[in-house]
Parts: sequence; structure tokens; C-alpha cells
Amino acid sequence: MTKNGGVCMRKKEVVAMLLAGGRGSRLGILTDKTAKPAVSFGGKYRIIDFTLSNCINSGIDTVGVLTQYQPLHLNRHIGIGIPWDLDKSIGGVTVLSPYVSRGNEAWYSGTANAIYQNIPFIDYYDPEYVLILSGDHIYKMDYSMMLNNHKKKGADISIAVLPVAYEEAHQFGIMNTDEDLRIIEFEEKPEKPKNNLASMGIYIFNWKILRNALKLAEKNHDSSDFGKHIIPFCLNEGNHVLAYEFQGFWRDVGTLESYWKTNMELISLVPEFNLYEAYWKIYTNNEIQPPQYIAASANVERCILGEGTEIYGSVYNSVIGSNVIIEKGCFIKDSIIMTNAHVKENTKIDKGVISEGVVIGANVTIGEGENIKNGIDPEIYNSGISAVGEYAVIPDGVWIGKNCAITGVTALENYKNNRLESGGNIRLEEVEG
Amino acid sequence: MKALGIILAGGKNEHLKELTHNRALAAMPIAGNYRAIDFSLSNMTNSNIKKVAVVTQYNSRSLVEHLRSSKWWDFGRKNKGLYILTPYISHDNCFWYRGTADAIYQNISYLKDSDEPYVIIAQGDDISKIDYNKVLQYHIDKKADITIVCKKLEMQELSRFGHVEIDDENRIIDFEEKPLDPSDNLISTGIYVIERTMLIELIEAAEKEDRHDFVSDIIVRYRKRKRIMAYIHNGYWKSIAELDSYYQANMDFLDRELRQYFFKTYPYIMSKAEDEAPAKFNKGTNVSNSLCSPGCIVNGTVENSVLFRKTFIGKNTIIKNSIILHSASIGKDAYIENCIVDSKSVIPDGSHFVGNHGQHMVIVNK
Repeated sequence: MTKNGGVCMRKKEVVAMLLAGGRGSRLGILTDKTAKPAVSFGGKYRIIDFTLSNCINSGIDTVGVLTQYQPLHLNRHIGIGIPWDLDKSIGGVTVLSPYVSRGNEAWYSGTANAIYQNIPFIDYYDPEYVLILSGDHIYKMDYSMMLNNHKKKGADISIAVLPVAYEEAHQFGIMNTDEDLRIIEFEEKPEKPKNNLASMGIYIFNWKILRNALKLAEKNHDSSDFGKHIIPFCLNEGNHVLAYEFQGFWRDVGTLESYWKTNMELISLVPEFNLYEAYWKIYTNNEIQPPQYIAASANVERCILGEGTEIYGSVYNSVIGSNVIIEKGCFIKDSIIMTNAHVKENTKIDKGVISEGVVIGANVTIGEGENIKNGIDPEIYNSGISAVGEYAVIPDGVWIGKNCAITGVTALENYKNNRLESGGNIRLEEVEG
Repeated sequence: MKALGIILAGGKNEHLKELTHNRALAAMPIAGNYRAIDFSLSNMTNSNIKKVAVVTQYNSRSLVEHLRSSKWWDFGRKNKGLYILTPYISHDNCFWYRGTADAIYQNISYLKDSDEPYVIIAQGDDISKIDYNKVLQYHIDKKADITIVCKKLEMQELSRFGHVEIDDENRIIDFEEKPLDPSDNLISTGIYVIERTMLIELIEAAEKEDRHDFVSDIIVRYRKRKRIMAYIHNGYWKSIAELDSYYQANMDFLDRELRQYFFKTYPYIMSKAEDEAPAKFNKGTNVSNSLCSPGCIVNGTVENSVLFRKTFIGKNTIIKNSIILHSASIGKDAYIENCIVDSKSVIPDGSHFVGNHGQHMVIVNK
């Protein structure tokens, strides 16, 4: 019912709010110009596609996507939601960027603050439940089953949890539950974990309860956050907070290495995370492209290739995006090459992560030499992966070692003796895109 | 653009054997990711034509399914957009389309209710990339009544087409349908430009005399009375109305330059998005000079072939010089050469199918 007593014609039972504003700085230069949810994944997808597809496959057709950090790719990708059938007359997808209002310099200062600032968006649909999601994870999940469980058990809040190994539990937010999976305590990265149920950052709230908690949290904290403020507050209030155990493939591709590994999992014979089944399709905004072409001069084994990609060289154990060209004489191994990249003749790449639109010259070598940690970001580039940022250019004939990071339009003079030793960096600012 | 479009996609075709038993010619899959009609439809939208009718009758279901959402060609608009004109029964008409002219006549209100001064008529089974604006400009410059897009072909293919004779200024002085002994190699592609009011006039006149075919009853009949001009198209053009030309058209796309021309040079050919996963190549694959579409899973050897969406090729299987249509599944240890395998076919392990070059075997096994 609306305030004047009429029936709300745009009422939705559930509204999903998808947090997509984070940078994901542990992905290094991959997120220099792109928010993490918009980073390419699995050849033709972007990370956010999995969550968006989960929404529509779960029958949730009203989604607010909260953007903040480098939203251009994300905006362009989502558009009006056509690829996910989220172009609806009532509901659909709405991109919610921070805005300035009277007396409020309003960046999204925390996850809960971001939702707080969009209370009017949610109120518009007068929902019973709000589903909080993040656009950072690779998984297939039916949120409607979680919602059914939430309703059946009469919960106020449901939190999706994933059983993790006890020895890894200290890296997660751990939910301590009773035998009915009711959460009695929440511990953020506990030193001595009492339980192994890690929060996946997926919450269902009864909107009235969340709305109230958001208002209070906003009053009491500067940058209100779900994990730090909202969940502990609700537990304190005695709300019925329920854990919902998720069984299945779920990956946080937060670091360069986990990003690389999760991509590589897709190329095994029958991958645990199967993109080929008709059930639970993953949708993405792909431009219409001709099929993949594999030339007589090519060798392709243990690879996935996006559409429009043309292979004239040898590619093994790799994930190749759409509209990529790999010329004759190339030898690509254990690498990720994203959409619209062009690798010229006789270039060798071993364990490279090559971003969108990169042009790599002929006779280049990437990923040889000693495994020396990166000179600027040793905590990011240390597993042997060399990364090239989007729309970067690498000139003909250079040699690039392991754990290197390159951005911008580089030229021969940027390379000492035509070489960039392992752990080296060339970070040029000018990037076209 | 001051024109509206009509795409003729209705005719029955037996030349493609089983492939068109349940499928309209215009809905034939082509080049892995596309359907034949995508080319004409994309040409329309790329020529900035806002209102297009697809006239269809035979096996129209397959076509309607493909065109169901017209947004992929930018025709999903509030104003104008895509019209699908299938035959219908009304108070004073209970006929199927008796010919191309009749098909237009039965939908004459589509023409009468429009305000565009010109009409572009194209075919649903042509593989080409043509800027209709250029044809229209030519039509206006030459003060033509009708302009026909013509193409010079190799001699041996000629007898399938309408044969055109022109004078020095490209005016068509004679037109012969499917001649036995063609004297020249210029043929009509079936793409026409005509003023909308004149088209209405000619169609109504033909109908009064109980004549129903656009080519024989209008073009051929009026070839002397009207000023009919030939616009020579020099780029790629192929009709897929024969099994051999259908096969060849698919194989043509193994050429890098042709793919570049159609799909990677603006304006692009568009199609319906299908959301298949990237093509997957497992251990032991050996693929050479082939197209493999999204959703394919390849375990065997593929040479000089076109794999459409979601095809599965089993281990130790060899596919040579063949076309495997979408969702077909080929078991392991099979050998397939010079074949066209229909969509959704299931080919058991160890099968052996070999067609002849120029006489490709069509395999349907659903």
C-alpha cells in the first residue's frame, strides 16, 4: 500500500542491490582503469555477469547496480540490461552512481552507506525483501532457494555461507551458528575460528529491518559497512539471523593469482564450473562476432576461445577472449588474453595476463627468466604472472621477464637494451580507450 | 533514408534437400553464427532504413523464431521497425501467397500506410553487403523507374538466375528468367529500388490481370515500357538457393579477407545474440583452417570445415571439408568428409560418412 492508501503498481517482492563500486586493488593493473566487476573473465564474460545472470535466472528482475570506481566499462557493459533480459518496463536494471545532494558530499563511504544512500530507489518498489550482492565472485547460485528458506524459517536476515577449510577460516568473516543454523556470533577474520562457515557477502534482509538498521548505522558511523556494523547490530538487536549454506563452486577472484587460477579451471576436460550446460546460462553483453577461426598453421589444445578470435599460431592451456588475433609463429602458454587484443608474429607468452585491446608486437617474449617479485607491488606480482594493462602497446622485439607490470603505449626507449627484467615495471599514464 | 524495405523470404526450396524441409531458406544457418537473412536485414539497418517488412510463407516458423526479437538489428523501435508479413485469411481473401507480387499485394496496406517515397526490395537468401543508399542515389541520378542490382557471374552458374542485357548507359533492354543459353554473364540479384507509388500501381495492375509474380509479370513485362536500370554490384554476392552454393558460401568464410570484409569492417553484419560459452578445445584436438562457433566442444580433428554453435566433436573423430550445423553431436572414432550434418543430429560413435566433392551428402539424424 502506498501512503495515500492506493495499491502500489510497481511493487516487487524482492529487490537486489549489487555492490559493484570496489576497485579490487589486489588485481593490480587489471583494475587501473576498470572496476573489478567489469574485468574480463572466462574468455567472453565480465566478472559481474555471473551475479547478474544469477539474478535473472533466480527470477529476480529488479536490480540496482551500485557503481563508484571507474564505472565507464561497467556502464557500457550493463546498458539497459538487454543481455540479461533486464530491460523491463517495471524494474529491470538501474545503475546507481553516487550523487551530490543538499548538505551531503556523497561518495559511497561503505557498503551499508551505499545502500543507505539509495533507500529511495528501494522504497520505490515497496519490497518485502532486499538481496545484497557483490559483483566480485564467480559462482552459480539460485537466490530464490535462499529466499524460500528465509521465508520458511521466518528469518529476519539470511546470510549465505560457504564451508571452508578450518586452516583457511581465519581469512574470512566466520559465522558461529547453533544447530538450526541460526547465527549467534559473527567474527571477522578470527585468529582461532570456532566454525568454518564463511560469509559470502550475500544477504537477504526483511526490508523494514534493514531500512531501520541503515538509518541507525548512518547516524552512528562515518562509513557504515555490512560486516562491521549492520550484521553485529542486528545480532545485538536479537533479530533472527540465519545462515544459508551454499554448496558448489564459488571463487573470489580477488588476487591476480586467484584470478588466473580460476580462469584456468575453465579449461579442464569437464570443468567443475561448467559453462556449457543449458541450465543456468551465463549471459553477457557480447558484440555480434563471426565464429572462431583456427588456421592451418595453428595449434590449439586445452583452450577456450571467444567468438571472432582468429588463431594462426600455437596456443596451449589458455583462456582467450573475443575478437583476439594471434598471428603465425606465436607460442602462447598458460595465459589469459582478453577481448580485442592482437598478438603479432612469432611472439612467445608464458603465464601472461594480457588485458583488453592490448597490441603486442612481433618477436616479443613475455614470461621468461627468473621468478623475482615485482619491484613496486611484490604482494601482487609474485607468482610468475606478468600483466599488461588495457590498451597497452608493446613494441616489436622486446624481452619481458616474470612478475612484470606494463601499462600504456610503450616504445623501445622504455626498455633498457630491449629488455624488462623479471619484477620490472613500465607504468605509462596515457592510455587510449 | 527515404525508403522502406521489403525482404522476400517466402519461397519454397527443394534444392537444399532435407535442410529446408522444416526451415525457410532465409533461416538457413550460415558462417557459424549467422542466418542467411541476417545479411539483408543488416544491409537494411546499416543503410539507415527504419521500416522493413519480411514477407514469409514457407516454413515461416523457423524465420519468425529468429526474428522474434528484432532488437538485434536495431528494429525494436517504438516507431517503425520490423514487420513480419505472413499470409492470412480475411473477408475477401483466402489464398496463400501465389507469387511474390501477390505477396506484396496481400499486404498492400503496408505500402499505402507508409510515407517513404522509395521502396528497397531485397532477398532473404542472398549473402552480400550492399549499401542501399548508393543504389537509391544511383536510381535517382539515372531517373530510373526501377533499378535492379546486377552482378557479373561465372558462366556455369548463370542458368539459375534472371539474365539481364543492358545498353551503354546500363539501361536494361532485355530480361530473361533462367535462360538455357545465356549470351552474357550479367544477372539480376533480385534487389530492386522503385518508387513506392509506382510499386503500388504496378502490383495492383498485375493483380487485376490475375498475375502474381514480381519478376515475370512486372519486371519482364514492363522491361520496354519502364526505364529499368542496372546497378552493377562488384562486391561479394552469393545466393544460397542450391546445395552446392550453400556449401560454397559457408566455405568462403574460411577466407580471412572475406571475414574481414563482412564482419570486421564497419558496418557489420548483425545477428541474434545466443549466449553460448566460448568454444572449447580439449587435449588431443587438431583443428586446421576451420571455423568453430561459440559453445562448440572439440576433441578430435577438424579440417577445412565449419562448425556451427554448440556442436560436439568426439575423440579421435575426423571431420573434413564438412559443415556441421548447430547443436549436432558427433561421437568418437567417426569419420565425416564432404558432408553437411543437419542441426541437432546425433551421429553415433564410429560412424563413417563420405560425400563427393561437388555433391555433398546431407545427413539428418535427429
